[in-house]
Amino acid sequence: MRLLQEPSITKCKMKDSVGYIHSFNSLGAVDGPGIRFIVFMQGCPYRCPYCHNPDTREFSGGIPYSPLQVADKAVRYRTYFGEKGGVTVSGGEPLCQGEFVAELFKLLRSRGINTCLDTAGIKPDKAVERVLEHTDTVLCDIKFPTEEMYLKRVGGSLKNTLEFLRLCNKMGVNVIIRHVVVPGMTDTEESILAIKDLLSDIEYEKIELLPFRKLCTQKYKALGIEFPLKDTPECSKDTIKKLKALL
Amino acid sequence: MFEQWNGFVAGKWQDEINVRDFIQLNYTPYEGDESFLCGPTERTKALNEKFEARLATEISRGGVYSIDTETVTGLTAFAPGYLDKDNELIVGLQTDKALRRAVNPFGGLNMTRKACEAYGYHLSHKVENEFQYRTTHNDGVFSVYSKDIRKARHTGIITGLPDAYGRGRIIGDYRRVALYGVDRLIAEKMKDKNAIADMDVSQDDIRNIEELYWQLKSLNELKEMAKSYGYDISEPAKDSREAIQWLYFGYLGAIKEQNGAAMSLGRTSTFLDIYFERDLKNGVYTECQIQEFIDDFVMKLRMARHLRTPEYNDLFAGDPMWITESIGGMGDDGRTLVTKNSFRILNTLYNLNPSAEPNLTVLWSQRLPKGFKRFAAKVSCDTDSIQYENDDVMRPVYGDDYAIACCVSAMRVGKDMQFFGARANLVKLLLMSLNGGRDEKSGEQVAPAGNRFEGEYLDYDTVLKLMDEYRPWLAKTYVKAMNMIHFMHDKYAYEKIQMALHDTEVHRYMAFGIAGLSVLADSLSAIKHAKVRVVRDETGLITDYVTEGDFPKYGNDDDRADLIAKEQVEKFYNELKKIPTYRGAEHTLSILTITSNVVYGKKTGNTPDGRRLGEPFAPGANPMHGRDSSGALASLNSVAKLSYDVCKDGISNTFCIVPSALGNDDENRYANLCSIIDGYFGQKAQHINVNVFHREMLLDAAKHPEKYPNLTIRVSGYAVNFHKLSKAQQDEVIARTFHNEM
Repeated sequence: MRLLQEPSITKCKMKDSVGYIHSFNSLGAVDGPGIRFIVFMQGCPYRCPYCHNPDTREFSGGIPYSPLQVADKAVRYRTYFGEKGGVTVSGGEPLCQGEFVAELFKLLRSRGINTCLDTAGIKPDKAVERVLEHTDTVLCDIKFPTEEMYLKRVGGSLKNTLEFLRLCNKMGVNVIIRHVVVPGMTDTEESILAIKDLLSDIEYEKIELLPFRKLCTQKYKALGIEFPLKDTPECSKDTIKKLKALL
Repeated sequence: MFEQWNGFVAGKWQDEINVRDFIQLNYTPYEGDESFLCGPTERTKALNEKFEARLATEISRGGVYSIDTETVTGLTAFAPGYLDKDNELIVGLQTDKALRRAVNPFGGLNMTRKACEAYGYHLSHKVENEFQYRTTHNDGVFSVYSKDIRKARHTGIITGLPDAYGRGRIIGDYRRVALYGVDRLIAEKMKDKNAIADMDVSQDDIRNIEELYWQLKSLNELKEMAKSYGYDISEPAKDSREAIQWLYFGYLGAIKEQNGAAMSLGRTSTFLDIYFERDLKNGVYTECQIQEFIDDFVMKLRMARHLRTPEYNDLFAGDPMWITESIGGMGDDGRTLVTKNSFRILNTLYNLNPSAEPNLTVLWSQRLPKGFKRFAAKVSCDTDSIQYENDDVMRPVYGDDYAIACCVSAMRVGKDMQFFGARANLVKLLLMSLNGGRDEKSGEQVAPAGNRFEGEYLDYDTVLKLMDEYRPWLAKTYVKAMNMIHFMHDKYAYEKIQMALHDTEVHRYMAFGIAGLSVLADSLSAIKHAKVRVVRDETGLITDYVTEGDFPKYGNDDDRADLIAKEQVEKFYNELKKIPTYRGAEHTLSILTITSNVVYGKKTGNTPDGRRLGEPFAPGANPMHGRDSSGALASLNSVAKLSYDVCKDGISNTFCIVPSALGNDDENRYANLCSIIDGYFGQKAQHINVNVFHREMLLDAAKHPEKYPNLTIRVSGYAVNFHKLSKAQQDEVIARTFHNEM
């Protein structure tokens, strides 16, 4: 298995106004409200064990696009967006290319398109603030309930994510919390309640519990890296239902 | 004035045959949700169980319950038949027993023989003798077919022509039987007949007079048939149950007389709702009784059968009748045509289990009431049994009283009819153009020998020029064949009762078709954007292609490929339009294959896009399996670029998506499906079949059919029971693109 990389924010800074993009999906129906055009940014500083887009992790790679090029692409799907849909920028970690995302969201909003950021949060800085200025909804992942687990299993910092969420609140951005339930890891009542407790001083619309799934197994194989959770079973609907009742 | 009309708003519909006027003056739009609906009654459940047991027997007997080989079908040929006489609310069967099939040799005696033999029967001597001195439609056509048509037919550049089966795609206005009663219809037709006879009588007039003679005869037979079931339909229907029964008798007459490929029902649910609202208001029937009538009516429609040959089943798999019912839509005045009965007819999919027939078709408008949109989306997610067509592009052409025949063919009810014409294989046109008119599989000279491609690497401009040289030949051969077929169909297998339920002066369409559009577009894109080297056999025939480099593919919202598809469709249509048609019919074009995409593929050699000899095409206007890799909406955007103005006979797109990719929970899935349809149709696309399931389920169903007895899927403009598909067709459906999560 490859070693987890240390988190490093500086490493993920890229050239302003050019976005390095892994891919697009013209139909996103599960990442943000309504029908959404999804932009997958290339590069992520984190190494979540259940990562379902391992092909978007490396910062080297991706296809360069200008914000205008992406906005022009997204606008072709405008007829499908209805009242709620729009564009979601996911990844990878989109906040690692904050200047680009901020420009893109600004452009989309000027065309009346709803914007959504799918992130795990990073330590807030000027660029993050600029992104949030043009963001309608933030989907923010809380990976684990403790700083230790974050460091050990993700290579990130829970503290930074919570700080990011407070900034979202301060700037009036709608927040939806997401959390992947992994059997044997985060599927206990205590774990879920601990996450709820973490968020006691944060305003959010709802917590979405996502069942751990293994659709990504093929991607790991293709990349020639081992899937750390290859022996972990998928999370059942019943477990999700049971845990949801706690929230 | 009939007393049966009491309570209806009076109007010009009373002075002339004008069902639309009656509807507009009397219907009640419904903007609510489905909460008023009733489930099945005990009687309905018991009857449906009996029917499903009969269906199981039909399957166990190899797909045909039984055949009456002694009786030639006709309106009055059979004694009344019942499934369960004491418990049926709506009565009438094609033969004397439910699911028993009749023989219909008017289309062709040999086909009838073959169809009987395919199921272990022999056509009786009685019928053989009766038809010994008769010319059938098939005899007529083959007595005039030219050499070039025969060649085009057997190499498969034109396939599926209705020269060996009934053309169908004609919708009688069955509502007229209920609203006016048959005597009034007879009186109007008599008037028309006398008026023509008073003129100078040209050849056309004589034909019209003879046709009216047959129409009148069939109307009298219709009355006789109804009488055998104990009903006098000479006067209008007086209540809800009679309105359904009268209307159904009209339809039953049509399917007793004709075995056309598609025998569509029209647009009946909102019409019937007027009777239902009147009875609900007056306390004549309750909501549950009305749902029970509709359930019974739909059960009857599910019993309709025709006897087909195995060759026919290859083209149109799953024993379809295309009993297409068009539901909803908007009125010219801005009111919705959705009524409570639009919900009731969809509700039959819950009350009676999912089913391929009737072919329930929602006429979708951006402005449809939200409650109805949501309910239709829910029915799609639960049953995979309905299709959607864009009312906002069709209404401006046909007005607000049109219906869909077959899969995607719009026509004004009782005012338009069409001459159906299968399809030309445009992929073979490309290959033949490169080979100087020779067939790429056999080497046979099919089109007159002309220029051919001489070089090693295909260049786009030269290829287009070669196609321009051969396209006129294909168009001419195709129109000629169609003219002959429909001349003979009118002469030897005229649709008497269906045309009796049309205005005497009808507008005719001649509906041409295209197969293989995505393979053609991708092949031309490969030639234009990659390097394609030809491989010749020892006779100089180009039999294979080596393609170097990548190229844009149709189905990814990439104009470089999509506009090639659009351009080729337009070129073919413009060429067809140059050749005059029989009876001055208006040329139309469709991109629809039904399940014949498998057969067309079988008959087509290797192609420059990398597809191998014999591999199936994608269905209809769909992008090729697996090549639309930019997500579902990119795929839809590509198809939406094809112009409905050029393809007024319809552009079929079949869409498969896994439930989890459509939304996190049921309500989100319904809302998202509505957004997808709104978005697709907002770009003037015409048709979408929606399937919401996993490929794994189909794989499991192919292995364990007993686990999924009612598994219904949308294939191409219609739905089938998955188990009625052949192995090759099942494999093709399983290979289609399933839009998944990324």
